[in-house]
Amino acid sequence: MRFFAPFKIAARALRRNKMRSLLTMLGIIIGVGSVIAAVSITTGATKQVEDKVASLGQNVVTVFSGSFNGGGMRGGWGSAPTLTVEDANAIKNEISGAVAVSPEVNDRMQVLANGLNWNTRVNGESPDFLQIRDWDLTSGAMFTDGDVRSLAKVVVIGKTVVDQLFVNQDPVGQTIIIRNIPFKIVGVLEPKGFNLFGQDQDDVTIVPYTSHMKRINKRTFVNSIMVQAASKETITQVQNDITTLMRDRHKSAEPDFTVRTQLELLQMATSQAKTMSLLLAMIASVSLIVGGIGIMNIMLVSVTERTREIGIRMAVGARGRDILIQFLIEAVTLSVVGGMIGIIFGMGAAWITAHFTGWPTLTPMLWIGIACISSAGIGIFSGFYPAWKASRLDPIEALRYE
Amino acid sequence: MQTNAVIKLTDIHKIYRTGEVDVHAVRGVTLDILPGEFVAIMGSSGSGKSTLMNMIGCLDRPTGGNYFLDGIDVSTLDRDARAEIRNDKIGFVFQGFNLLSRTTAQENVEMPMLYNHRRIPSAEQKERAKKALEICGLGARADHKPNQLSGGQQQRVAIARALVNRPSLLLADEPTGNLDSQTSIEIMGVFQKLNEQGITIVMVTHELDVARYTKRMIILRDGKIRTDEQVADRLNAEAELKNLKQAQEAVKLA
Repeated sequence: MRFFAPFKIAARALRRNKMRSLLTMLGIIIGVGSVIAAVSITTGATKQVEDKVASLGQNVVTVFSGSFNGGGMRGGWGSAPTLTVEDANAIKNEISGAVAVSPEVNDRMQVLANGLNWNTRVNGESPDFLQIRDWDLTSGAMFTDGDVRSLAKVVVIGKTVVDQLFVNQDPVGQTIIIRNIPFKIVGVLEPKGFNLFGQDQDDVTIVPYTSHMKRINKRTFVNSIMVQAASKETITQVQNDITTLMRDRHKSAEPDFTVRTQLELLQMATSQAKTMSLLLAMIASVSLIVGGIGIMNIMLVSVTERTREIGIRMAVGARGRDILIQFLIEAVTLSVVGGMIGIIFGMGAAWITAHFTGWPTLTPMLWIGIACISSAGIGIFSGFYPAWKASRLDPIEALRYE
Repeated sequence: MQTNAVIKLTDIHKIYRTGEVDVHAVRGVTLDILPGEFVAIMGSSGSGKSTLMNMIGCLDRPTGGNYFLDGIDVSTLDRDARAEIRNDKIGFVFQGFNLLSRTTAQENVEMPMLYNHRRIPSAEQKERAKKALEICGLGARADHKPNQLSGGQQQRVAIARALVNRPSLLLADEPTGNLDSQTSIEIMGVFQKLNEQGITIVMVTHELDVARYTKRMIILRDGKIRTDEQVADRLNAEAELKNLKQAQEAVKLA
């Protein structure tokens, strides 16, 4: 019927009292601003941890061999010679959710090149390794399944090894000596930096696992098997399938292996950040509630102060509900506009924090939505009672009010 | 004759029940006001004139009797319906002007249109407000705020606001109570001009001087009509103003 009139009325009323409008909004600005800033900072921190975990690979399930126990000594996970290449093949062939499999053998030894030497990790892997770890090469190419079959003397090396042995040189095509055997460098891994545990991920050389097991360090068992699940959702399924399969294959009463997933690591690593963000968000919400109470407070005072105005409006034909809607729109406008300004302030505060402390910050869209909806909700909630009170005024009394 | 009366009151009573004692403020008022009339309702305080005014203005409901405004029985309407009647059919002018502060004359005059049950386009609102201000002789000051206007000018804005929804009745409650004598005459001039154009005006006042500008005078006492007669020696605001100015000139010359 006259849809826009109440908005026009409320807008004019707010404009008449710019200072009061601004002060009323201040509470919401600070409340929403601090929520957004807190969430931005903690989300950034959580994201950083998640990224670190993701740098360990995509949807990785790892099978470790059991603990070696002998003469009263227990060797810890990975020390017992229980996992074989056949286990890895079985996983690859029989478990549908496993999209990539790499049997791993790890060693640490001295490598030589260019008359320099360096102690680094020498790992045997399958060509699936790059896919599992979500790792790219900066130059050259990964070794192939053919290289695995032919026990080829080829290697891909990490950035740290390049820096130590091939200063200002392109290492691809050059030779590196591992255990007196010359390996041809076919590729260089792109730098990944330190992992969650402070280990330099680039300090590594990777050879085909067959070459490692037959040429470098003769053995028949692998340390672990890395498996990639098709998606985040199937990780647990793959983990269970592997457990069943391995129990079946090893037929031991006590499981001589253990299956770990990246999910567990992720949960562990982010749980602290999540607790922190919850705590900060709760503290910030308190200021949001205080802001809401501020709006209610000022609206209540304003109803009393504007009694005469309400009387005039009623005399010229405003119905109770017109007054109710006017005050409600005023309250919601104040809180929503305050919320918008608060979002901008919060993001600004997060940006300044990021700028001066170097912490990564991130404002999730979800929280911007939550901030908008909750400030509108606060407006309705805190505006309703004063608005209702205003709408119940008697025009004769209100006009007489001094 | 009776059907086209703007105001038709039949045995109107108003009893306030406050605590133990009932206050019988209006005790059986019967009254017809026809289109084009200019009526002054007079009486001392406590005579029931304010209560009667509130009922005529549909701000309050009588406890007994019937009230037809423009042919509509408004004595039984609820709050919301009375608000609509006020918006549509009645223009109010108050003693204290009752303009919205920090709001321009133009927006003050537009205000009643925002509450009309019919949507009035923005352009039409502006046009009508402007016209109403011009009729009241304030066309040039549309963008002034109340604190930039004199009392007389503020009252003109209030009259423009009362006119803007084209009411059947203009209701003025002590419209000159806060004004000096010259400005009072000016305002009465505005009322006389509007009345000549056919607008029905009912005015509450306790000043006999002011009442003499109207056409009909009703005096209340103890909630009842005591006298109801045509004004015999009616004053003309224009002529009175001229006299006043001449008198002032004479003082200056002397």
